[in-house]
Amino acid sequence: MGDVLVSARGLEVHFPVRGKGKAAGVLRAVDGVDLDVLRGETLGLVGESGCGKSTLGNALLRLVPPTGGSVTFDGTDVTSLDRRGLKEMRRRAGMVFQDPFASLDPRRTVAQTVSEPLEVHGLRSGKRERATRVAELLELVGLDPAVAGRYPHEFSGGQRQRVGIARALAGEPDFLVCDEAIASLDVSVQAQVLNLLRRLQRQLGLTLLFISHDLSAVRHISDRIAVMYLGRIVEIGPAAAVGSDPQMPYTQALLSAVPVPHPAKERARERIVLRGDVPSPSDVPSGCRFRTRCPYVFEPCDDVDPALQPAGAPGQLAACHLHGVEGTPVTRTPEGVTADP
Amino acid sequence: MSIQPTPGPPPYQEPDGERRPETPEEPPGGSPQRESRPPPTLRPARPRWQETLSLLAHNPTAAIASVVLLLIVVVAVFDDTFASEGANEISVTDRLQPPSWEHPFGTDDLGRDILSRVILGASVSLRVGFLAVGFALVVGTLIGLLAGYYGKRVDDVLMRFMDMLFAFPAVLLAIAVLAVRGPGSGNTALAIGIVYTPIFARVTRASVLGVREEVYVRASRSVGASDWRILTRHILPNAAPPIIVQTSISLAFAVLAEAALSFLGLGTQPPNPSWGLMLAEGRGFIELAWWLAFFPGMAIFLTVLCFNLLGDGLRDVLDPRQRTQMAGGSRAAGAAAAAETGGNA
Repeated sequence: MGDVLVSARGLEVHFPVRGKGKAAGVLRAVDGVDLDVLRGETLGLVGESGCGKSTLGNALLRLVPPTGGSVTFDGTDVTSLDRRGLKEMRRRAGMVFQDPFASLDPRRTVAQTVSEPLEVHGLRSGKRERATRVAELLELVGLDPAVAGRYPHEFSGGQRQRVGIARALAGEPDFLVCDEAIASLDVSVQAQVLNLLRRLQRQLGLTLLFISHDLSAVRHISDRIAVMYLGRIVEIGPAAAVGSDPQMPYTQALLSAVPVPHPAKERARERIVLRGDVPSPSDVPSGCRFRTRCPYVFEPCDDVDPALQPAGAPGQLAACHLHGVEGTPVTRTPEGVTADP
Repeated sequence: MSIQPTPGPPPYQEPDGERRPETPEEPPGGSPQRESRPPPTLRPARPRWQETLSLLAHNPTAAIASVVLLLIVVVAVFDDTFASEGANEISVTDRLQPPSWEHPFGTDDLGRDILSRVILGASVSLRVGFLAVGFALVVGTLIGLLAGYYGKRVDDVLMRFMDMLFAFPAVLLAIAVLAVRGPGSGNTALAIGIVYTPIFARVTRASVLGVREEVYVRASRSVGASDWRILTRHILPNAAPPIIVQTSISLAFAVLAEAALSFLGLGTQPPNPSWGLMLAEGRGFIELAWWLAFFPGMAIFLTVLCFNLLGDGLRDVLDPRQRTQMAGGSRAAGAAAAAETGGNA
């Protein structure tokens, strides 16, 4: 751990919106994200649906073309890679998709699906070598190699997700993006797949970007957690710090919504209920993008977009004026928040 | 946990549901080794086309249609063996004989045996049909694939061109092609093929548009697969069912179109027979000798009917939802049980 494997700087993914008539706007799915994924770590990315988590994951692998900013993968600029470079990058970075029922080609056997990266990158020459490697991979993800000749519709959701993981691992990647990889599974199966991912991460020394809206799952698996709101990272830090002492009001609200598996604590749990809805990503508020729902809003929030700044534990960053407006510390009192003179 | 053999057919299970709890994830490092393992293979347990054929065999209408079509094709291929010699030879003494033991379908106004000419005509009509649909299938599918996959400019240019062809009435367009290239069965096939190309392009494009957005296409791209690979290995196989159905229905229409063009004197040239041409020639004698037009007409009717029935059957069999109901249930349960590993550790 230590050095940066994947890094995004000012990453933007804007989609054109064709409205009725001429009013064509842009949907800011990812809007100025700075993110470093350290080699060998598991970074959890949380946020409510529609906040741009998946788009960010896809943009890091250039499955969605970024409209601005840059992504570097192990030192090379991903946005300017040529065809060959892109292919090699995609060998070194795998992706596990949300819906295991949609992410496997129904007309190809498990073996054909898992061996596709081997064929594409010429990693094993000859059918026998590929078949042996497929058997290894299936065993690695906890499937019986004898099922290699079967079709996806013959498997359960958890088993299919294992096939999806085997495919992502076939190219011996350094980096694995799990895009809501457990969201569409039964709870009991979720835990198994989660543990499988954690075992693989340790066994193979993978760097994992674990995208989920499930905070408990993210806390369970991650070394660090990044919180996303309306296309921007609003808080990032060590999993323990972000999970127990969040510094950004949005993270606090998000965490307060997680049930506690203890009756007395659960009854005592104080919930922060946010007002209103998430603003549309095609009409982002000025200043701080969380100000329309923030319980602590004060005057700089209207005009100044807060940058990520150190807050709380070492290594923890939050994008909030409560931790200082453009370098000036602020005081929080029961009446409200004022900037120090 | 142990897997008990279930007597009789396993109970119906939802194809989408979790069938049984999976084994818990073992702690890191300790993966139990199996003692004997079947030799690794990448081939499916049972090829998909075999499954398709067996499903088709269980659909009585489609099965009968296939058998009749097979018979017609065999007769058409070995027409020289089945037809008596000299089917084009004129014999004035035998003219306009009604059906008899010697001439089961009767003779025409020039004394030629109609059964023999229907057999020879099968060869001509089917060859034109297969050539025409083959041309339309290859060209149309290619255009549809490219238009549907790349979209935008490519789509606009290709599909507007197809719309142009589509805008002409089919027979008029075929007549125009034949007027340029001259009559004859090869040119007839080309003309009909050009007429049907836009249909295949449209069917393919529509199907590709749906498949293109599938997650497994994105998944394939995420492991570095090229456009060509994605098109041929993922998109074409998954977009194929409507194209296959369109093929069998178009074969029926192509046989009819050949008949129509020959009827107009632009297709097969006398004295060679084709079903359409015989129909046209028999028209003048319909009150005097009904068998001249009746038997080639029946041949067309039977062939077209069988192609249509086969097309309907294929559409049912290739529909994945129906397929799961017909074949998926029993095998899926076994697979779920077999897929688990480390269960006895």
